[in-house]
Parts: sequence; structure tokens; C-alpha cells
Amino acid sequence: MSAPTHAQSDELVPEDETPGSPDPLEAVNPPLESADESALSISLGAKLIVRFVRMHPGPFVLSIIGGVGWAAMIVAASIVLGRVTDEVIEPAFSTGIDGGTVWWAVGALVAVGALRGLAVVVRRWFGSVTEARMQRSLRSAVADRLLSMPMGSYRNRPTGQLLATSDVDVTTATQMLMPLPFSLGVIALVVFSLASLWSADPWFALVAVLLFPTLAWLSRYYTTKVHEPAARVQQKLGRVSAIAHESFDGAMVVKTLAREEAESDRFDAASWDLAQERIGLARMTSIFEPLIIMLPNLGMVTLLLVGAARIESGGTTIGDLVQAVALFGWLAFPMRIVGFLFQSMPRAVVSIARVDDLLAEPEDPAYATTPDPAATPGTDHSDTPGTVTTPLPEGPLSLELDDVRFGFGGTEVLRGVSFAARPGEVLALVGSTGSGKSTLVNLLAHLDRPTSGTIRLGGVDTDELDPDELRSAISVAFQESYLFARSIADNIALGRRVSEEETERALKRSLAKGFVEELPDGSGTVVGERGVTLSGGQRQRVALARALAGSPRVVIADDATSAVDPVVESQILETLRDGDTTMLVVAHRLSTITLADRIVHMRDGRVRAVGTHRELLDDPDYVALVTAYERDEVLASAGEDGSP
Amino acid sequence: MSVVEPEVDDEEVSSNDLVDATATEVLRAGVRASPELRKGFVVSVTFAMVVAAGRLVVPVSIQQILDRGFTSDGPDWGFIVGACIAAYVAIMVLAVLDRVTLLRLLTTAENVLYGLRTRAFAHVHDLSLAHHSETKRGVLVARVTSDIEVLAQFASWGAISWVVNLTLIVVAIAALAVYQWQLALIVVVVLLPIVPAMRIVQKRQLRAYDNHRSRVADTLSAISETIGGVRVLRSYGAVRRARRELHESIEKQYRTQLVARFYFAIMFPLSDLFSGLALAAVVGVGVWWGPGWGMAAGTLVAAVFITNLIVQPVAEIGEVLDQTQTALAGWRKVLDLLEEPVEVAEPEHSATLAPGALRVDVEGVRFEYEPGRPVLHDIDLHIPAGANVAVVGETGSGKSTLAKLLCRLADPSAGRVCVGGVDLRDLGRTERAAAVRLVPQDGFLFDATLVDNVRYGRPDATDDEVMEAFRSLGLAEWVESLPEGVNTPAGERGDALSVGERQLVALARAELADPGLLILDEATSSVDPETERRLSHALATLAEGRTTISIAHRLSTAEAADRVVVFDAGRIVQDGTHEQLVAEGGVYGGLHRSWIGNTRT
Repeated sequence: MSAPTHAQSDELVPEDETPGSPDPLEAVNPPLESADESALSISLGAKLIVRFVRMHPGPFVLSIIGGVGWAAMIVAASIVLGRVTDEVIEPAFSTGIDGGTVWWAVGALVAVGALRGLAVVVRRWFGSVTEARMQRSLRSAVADRLLSMPMGSYRNRPTGQLLATSDVDVTTATQMLMPLPFSLGVIALVVFSLASLWSADPWFALVAVLLFPTLAWLSRYYTTKVHEPAARVQQKLGRVSAIAHESFDGAMVVKTLAREEAESDRFDAASWDLAQERIGLARMTSIFEPLIIMLPNLGMVTLLLVGAARIESGGTTIGDLVQAVALFGWLAFPMRIVGFLFQSMPRAVVSIARVDDLLAEPEDPAYATTPDPAATPGTDHSDTPGTVTTPLPEGPLSLELDDVRFGFGGTEVLRGVSFAARPGEVLALVGSTGSGKSTLVNLLAHLDRPTSGTIRLGGVDTDELDPDELRSAISVAFQESYLFARSIADNIALGRRVSEEETERALKRSLAKGFVEELPDGSGTVVGERGVTLSGGQRQRVALARALAGSPRVVIADDATSAVDPVVESQILETLRDGDTTMLVVAHRLSTITLADRIVHMRDGRVRAVGTHRELLDDPDYVALVTAYERDEVLASAGEDGSP
Repeated sequence: MSVVEPEVDDEEVSSNDLVDATATEVLRAGVRASPELRKGFVVSVTFAMVVAAGRLVVPVSIQQILDRGFTSDGPDWGFIVGACIAAYVAIMVLAVLDRVTLLRLLTTAENVLYGLRTRAFAHVHDLSLAHHSETKRGVLVARVTSDIEVLAQFASWGAISWVVNLTLIVVAIAALAVYQWQLALIVVVVLLPIVPAMRIVQKRQLRAYDNHRSRVADTLSAISETIGGVRVLRSYGAVRRARRELHESIEKQYRTQLVARFYFAIMFPLSDLFSGLALAAVVGVGVWWGPGWGMAAGTLVAAVFITNLIVQPVAEIGEVLDQTQTALAGWRKVLDLLEEPVEVAEPEHSATLAPGALRVDVEGVRFEYEPGRPVLHDIDLHIPAGANVAVVGETGSGKSTLAKLLCRLADPSAGRVCVGGVDLRDLGRTERAAAVRLVPQDGFLFDATLVDNVRYGRPDATDDEVMEAFRSLGLAEWVESLPEGVNTPAGERGDALSVGERQLVALARAELADPGLLILDEATSSVDPETERRLSHALATLAEGRTTISIAHRLSTAEAADRVVVFDAGRIVQDGTHEQLVAEGGVYGGLHRSWIGNTRT
């Protein structure tokens, strides 16, 4: 009896790749379970292997040499054992031997053992190098593509999927590189073994020919057979962990509803299912494992029987018999895992298809991978090579949109948007969900280009501006206030040259200075999972400080203070309004809207009206929009007419 | 990004060394916590020993046939055939026993895991919610999933490997000793260093993998930041820097991977080396001294085969040592969780409450998350039945903590909270849930249909009653506008609905339960206009005939309340009607001024 269920995974899949726990990414891109046996996937797999080998041929060839060497050494060890039996052991107990012969035997046995170990080292090391280099190549290519593909590509691909492709898929696609030299080694082992058995005694080879295909078939049969139950186990495991996640996330609701027992029942049922499924799998394993040990043992006893007859007839020696029995013992293990390659192939094929699909995305020329001259740090400028550019005028800047159109996925989201902000003016942009506000912000941030129409800054078409100048002139604070897991100061500077004073001033203007100073390391504090977690409102204020830090002349705030307390929000906007900075604020709250000089009311991708709050109140559509959130207030505001 | 958080506890690495010393303690505690483990275990191990002995059939047959089958007058065919038939039968019978044993062991393992998992899950829900932060939640999920999964992996390989290989080693060495004790001694001496040698490589390998794993996590966070922050990176001109950092991170991951793989490459071949050494030693010693000890050639050949049998199990045990440690550490974490005391204990017999609106009495309540740092100081608050009270204050003033105490998500550190004249601690879970209902800000929904989600408010409610709950809150029209009406799936965590809509469902849930005390945690984020109108209407309807406490963020809510209670730094600083408080000034005056100042132009 043995417990080598895992010897499989252990021999071939190093620890860093063995899935220890249900992988959240795996759930997003589940490996195709059904494609298993198709000839198609094998031919695709073969193509994939050729492609990989072409990319990193050197280490790959060495790993195969290791694999074949290992096979040779196993056969060599059995031959040595046979010779030692005939020429050392037998004589020692009959005629007697000299010390030199003993040392010869000892030396040979140690040497074949050591060489076999060495061959394994070579195979594993160079196999690892091939795999690691492949992963590095694919990962870098994916990373470059993520950085350079147009925003439109992001809209078509959920974040989870992108993450899974750049991590799990890259790993899975290359995972067959380790079993490959091993499998080739096993094939060599079979050939060498048959040859050596044949030369020892053809009858031994006959027993082997009967036994080993049976073993290989059995192992293949078992692998196919457990494939589905194993996938079901993964599924049930996923279910168990989904319930745990949901239930603990909603722990408060569970508690307030007194649903603890119902939740436990639900979890128990799923866990029970999992346990039953696993026991079902154990039932198969516990038939397979004993069989796979039993068969070679039966074969060895058969060898003894055959061997005894052959020895009697003088066809073979005791040493040959020992050699054959030993080889049988060593062959059993590799034979059962040779199928592992075929098991990992379909998954690899599916994964590489997903990676290739991502790599097929186009590149946005503005962010395309150019040879990186940035060995000199800090020169993070001009993502686009400079064309002829027009400089911006001095003083506060106007912002004009002229018949701007934009669409994606076949629908036009902006259908001719025109409005203008005067230099230093504060404009509020309002509109219901889907009216095109956020799309407009993307265009203003130069993340997308309008399909037609122009955006002018200080009278200059933004397409004619130097991208760097444009970026330092317009700053955008986005709705989702994305912070990176680094220090607050770093988050504000983002690689730009921003002095400490500027950071301080920006934090002060976004009313973030107070809480930032209270953090353990002030603005040097690292935010993120491991560091300090900020509240939604605090994050938004840091993101706003980022937008203010480069002393921009135009600030676009896309609902950038929605999580901030209304009172604080109003204070922030009040301080931002300095007459020099032109501002466009996407707003929902009435308190924010009424702070603006004028309001741009958008609906269905068009500007419905532009005017002051008071002017727009004549439009019932506008009133319905802005009063929804704080109806009482606006009614009061209309009635009391400005009195406190 | 929660995706990249590898849920690794910092304790894990350092605890590895500790575990060696406490392995037996963990085992003992583990066995105590899992009665399933003891069931039939002795029988299984006995079977395993018999099966292990079965592995000796082939070497013994070789020895018998060589030494006794081949006599000086040629082969004794009667003996040889008899021995082979006996061997065939023994091998097949033992294979059957092997199957039985393996299945027994694996089944026991699954039963243990099932018990452990479900007990841990139930225990998590019994724990107080006061300390549940997001991180803590992640850790708890890990306890019932990945930590137990580590145990499961161990159970299906490591644990079985211990049982099987240990018995095999013992039996094989015993057999060797029966043939020739000196040879047994030599094998033990030669093979013993495998374990420490593997340990050394393994420790380094472990460290290398740890290192590699954190680099993998780094790359993954870098990539997820690239994806999540793509708009920021591009609009702030930080793309090139991001690219450089990403490539650096990938390069680092590559290097650490190679280091880890180096140890992987040399680890297992150690056993090949040792197997060569052991065979050489047995053969060398055997042929030199064997004849003098009265050994036969066949015995020495058998000894060679038995030695071969021992090497592999020793190497395997060397390999599972590390897995064993990890499993023990995981086991201990789960056991620690099970031992965490339940702070909010349910009473044995629940008091009962009269139906209808409930009065609320908060008497001398202090609450501290960490000892010595109270977030509520001596709160006294009496609210008559049927009142509508707004609680206002800045973030961190203690108003949300009060809400938690009112629905007993935690118990006060001092003082008491009474509802309808009964201390909350004397109310059973079900009674409390029926009488006091919290409508939380985010309106968490389960991944089920709306009708099921609402029914969670009162499990025995019929579909019609659920629909009636929607209808009476004026939400029937809204429900019908949904793609599948009340049978619309809410999605994971209610993601299929907006925040405001989730609150609507939470309100219907509360309506169905008909609580005497309603606690509303008002949403701070903006809600679309249509939903907003529905929310306020539904809320007003729901509040009728109940005591209502709103954790308010809006002026309108405060204005509409019968009474406003103002929290500041964990104390009640003002209490009265809106008008009174406005006149009074103070904290509320300040709040109100800025509200008014900013909304009324």
C-alpha cells in the first residue's frame, strides 16, 4: 500500500503552482473541462509546445537531455544490480571474492544512484528555467498590452478577467513545460527497458510487454475517470467558499435577521455535499492505488516463475532475473504518471488562447510600447512623440466643446455636445445616469478621442497641444478615486515633479490635511490593504489633492466628492473657486450644484440647457433631476428665496 | 483590490518553528475537537500494518526461491510453483485489504473535515460582530475555506503518507532484522541523514517560496493597479513609470521563482543519492561479512530489494514534514477560532415582548472596542414608544456604535440597553430579530431572488405576504418593473440592484417582520431620483406605529424627526426638537448652519 496520489502532482508540479486553496481567479476563467480528450486540443498542444520551444530553445533541450539521462540511469542501475548479483554476490557465497571486487560493486551502485539524481536535477532545473522564462515573456507582453490598449478595450473586458489572464492563464499555459521532459524521459525509459530486458532474456521482455501497457492504460483510464468527479469537487469547494464569503460579508444582516441557524444549515448542506463528493473520489482512488501496486507485484512473481524455468534451461542467470525484477519495481511509478502531460495540455491550450486574445488587442498610439529611454528616472514625459504643437495662452483658460460626438459598441453616447466655460468659471454638469457625463469626462481627460467635433482649451484645439502641456493644464479627479498602494505623497505626485509644499497646499485645498496629519506617518503613510485604510470620503479627498497638486488651470471633478459629507464637500468646492481655475464639476447634490456659476444640463447625450440654477428651475425636467435627493431643501430654497 | 490580497497571516512564518514544540498539543486538541477522528482509527492502522507487510511478499519470494527453490540438484519445481501461487494469492488478498484500509482512512478524513468546517462556520456566526472589520472577515473566511483546505490536502496525502510509510518502514526494517540484524542497522544508519538533509533543503525552499509568493502578489497588485488605475495613470502621464515598475516586478518574480525552483530541483534527487548509498552499503557489507554470518545469497538479494522498499517511504516522509507543519499550523488556527469565546451569549430562556411600538432605554452605557478606549461614554437615552428620533453627529461620534448596541451586535462594556422594558441580553435571538430591525446603509442582499431575500425577514411568510409587504410600502409598481418581478435574482451581494434598490428590499424585509423598533442607517451616497422618492415614501409608511431611530445624514430627516439627539466624541451633547436645537446653537447649530448655508441659496 502506498499513498502516492500526490506523488503525481509532486513530481511534476512544483509547490508554487499547486493550487492550495480555491483560487478566486480560477473561478473567473474556469479551465475548460470537457475539451479533455479531443484530438484537436492535442494538436493545438503540440503547436503550443513548438511555439514555446522556439522561444527558449536552450534550456528546453537541456531539460530533455536530463529526462532521457534519467531514463538511462534507471536502466543502468538495474543492469548494475544484475551484474553485481552474478559477479559479486553469487561468488561471495560460493567461491569467495577479493576486496577489489567488493569496492567495484560499491562504487558502481553509488555512481548510478548519484548520476540518476544528477539527471533529475538537470531535468528539473532546466525545465524550470524554460517555464519561468516563458512566463516572464508572456507576462511582460500582457503587461505592455494592458498599458497600451485603448480605453475601448477596457470597456469590453471585465477587470477580473484581465487579472485572471495576466496571472492564472499565463501560469496554466506554461505549466506543461515541466511534465514535458519528464514524459519524454518515460518514453525513453520504456524503450531502454525493453531493449535491456530483451538482451537479458526475451521472455522477460514479453512479460513487460504484457504488463506495462496494462499499467499505462489503467492509469489513463483512472485519470479520465476521476476527471469529472475531481472537477465536481472543485465546484463544490467553490460553492462552500462562496457561501462562507457571502455569509460572513452579510454577517450583520444574518445577525439582525437571526438567520444564524439557517445559514449554518445552508453551509452544512454544501459541506456535506463536498465531503460526499470527495468520498466518491476516494472510492475510485482506493481501487486504483492498490491495483497499481498489485499489478507490478504480480508481474514480478511471474518473472520469478519464468526466470526459474529459464535459469534451469540455462537461458538466463540469476543476475538477469534480479535485474528484471528491480527494473519492474522502478518502472511502475513513472508509468502511472505519464498521462499527466495530456491532462495539462487542454488547459494550457485554453489558457494560451485567452492570453493571445488579449495580446491581439490594438495599441493606442499615445501609449504604445516604445523603446524605453527611461533609464534616466524622472523623465516621465511625452508618451507621444512631439508633433507640431501650439502653446497655451497665459491666464485663466476657457474650455469649449464644439459639436463633440462619441460612441462605442455601435451606440452613440454623445450626440453633438457644445458648451463653453469662461476662463475661471465654475460649471456644474448635471444629468441622469446614462446622459453621457462620464463619457464626456473621459474625452476631456484625453483618454478617448471624440469621433467628431473639437474640444478647445484657451481657444486651442486640444489635438494640437503638446500632450504634456495638456496634462499639466487639465487635471481630472475621477469618480472612483483610485489610490495606489503607496504613500499618500506618492499618490498625489504620481511621478510628476511635485514639491512638498505643493503637496501640502493641495491637501489643504481638498480639506484632507487634517486627517492626513493624524495618520502615523502623515503624507508618507502608505495606503492600501496592508497600510492604513481610508474611508471613501477620505480617499476622494486625496484623489482630489492629486488633481490639484500640479497647479492645473482647469479642474474636472467627476462626482469626485460624492462620498464626502455634504458640509465638507461644499467647503472644499468653496475653497477651490478662486477665479483663476476653470472648473467643471459633475454633481448630484443640490448643495454642490448651487455652488456653480452656471449649470450644464445633459440629457441623452446632448446638452439640454445651460444657465444659472435659478434660470434652469423653470424646466420641470431639471427640477425633477436636482430635487430628487434633497427635495425639502430645494422647496425651501425656492420659497424662502435666499433668506437664511 | 481584494482579489490580490493573499490572506496570509504574518504569524504563519514565525509559527513554523513553534509548531515543532507544540505539534503534540495541536494533535491532542485536534483529536478532542474532532471525535470523528477516533472512530475506527486503531482498526485502520492495524489494517495498514498488515498491508505494509504485504509489500514484502516479492522480496521474500525471491529469497525463498533463490535459497530453497534452487537446490544443488536443480530447481525444486513443487516448491517454486507453490511459493509463486502463495505469493499471487497473498498479493491479491492484500490488495483488497489495501482498498478497504485506504477508503476507511480517506472517509475518516472527510468526516473530520466536514465536522471541523461546519463547527467553525457556526462558531463564526456566534461571535460578536463588534470587531468585524473587513480584514477580519477575510481571515474568518480563510479559516473555514483555505485553512481547512490545507488540512484537506494534508488529509488526502500527508496524513495517509505518515500512516502508510511509517508502517512500511517499520515493517521493512523488522523484516530486514529478521534476515540479518546487522544489515537493518546499516540501512537505518545510512538512511537516517535523509530526513535532516531534506529538512535543510526544505526550509530554504520554503523560505524561497514564501519570498516568491510575495513577489507574485506584488506583480498581481501591480497589474491590478494598472487595470484599476488606468485612467489615472494615463491622464497623469504616469504610463511609462508604471511600465517600468511592472517590468521590474515581473523580473523580480522571475528571479525568486528560479531560486525556489533550484531547491525544488535538488530536493527530491537526494533520495536517489541515498538509495545508491544504502544499496552499496548493504551489498558491500553483505558480501564481505555475510558468508561469515551464515547468510545465503538469496537472503542478500532479498535484503537489497527490501532496502529499495525503504528508501522511497523515508524520502516521502521527509517531504511531507513541511506539509505537516503547515497543516498543523492551519489546524491550530481553526482550533483557536473554535476556542474564541462567544461574547454575546444567548439567554437560556427568552423574555417576551408585547407587540406594537417599543420604548427604548439606554442606561449608563459605555462601550469600548479596545479596553481603555471607550467610544461611548455613559450614554443615557430614553425614547418613548412610537417616537421618531434622529441621531446626528460626525463620523466617529459614536452614533453607529449606538445602532450596533441597539440590535445587540455587541454588548455594552457597562450599563444596559433595554427595549420594551427588557434588557436585550434577556431576549432570545428570534424574539430580538422580530422586535428590533436594523436597515443597514448598504442593504446587503443574498444571492437569491427578491422574494427569498425579503422572506429572510420572516421565514414562514408566503409569496403573497411578501408581495403584500412591497405593496403596503408602495413598492408594487417598482417590483413589477423589474425583469422578473419578485423573482428577479438579486445577484452576488445584491449587485444586480442599485444601493437604493437594495435598501428598498431591506425595507420590505423589515415590513414583513413587523418590528416594534426600527433602526435606520441612512445611506450617505447619492441615490437616483426615482428610487429616492420611493425610499422616502416607503420609509414614512414603514415608520408608522413603530419606534424609529434614524442614524441621519440629511437635514430633511432631522427636521422630520420628533426629536434630535446629537452625538459628539462618544457623548450625547444635545437632545431636543429640531427647532429647539437650532435655537440652542452648539454642535447642531454648526451642522445646521452649514446644511442651510449650502443648500439654500
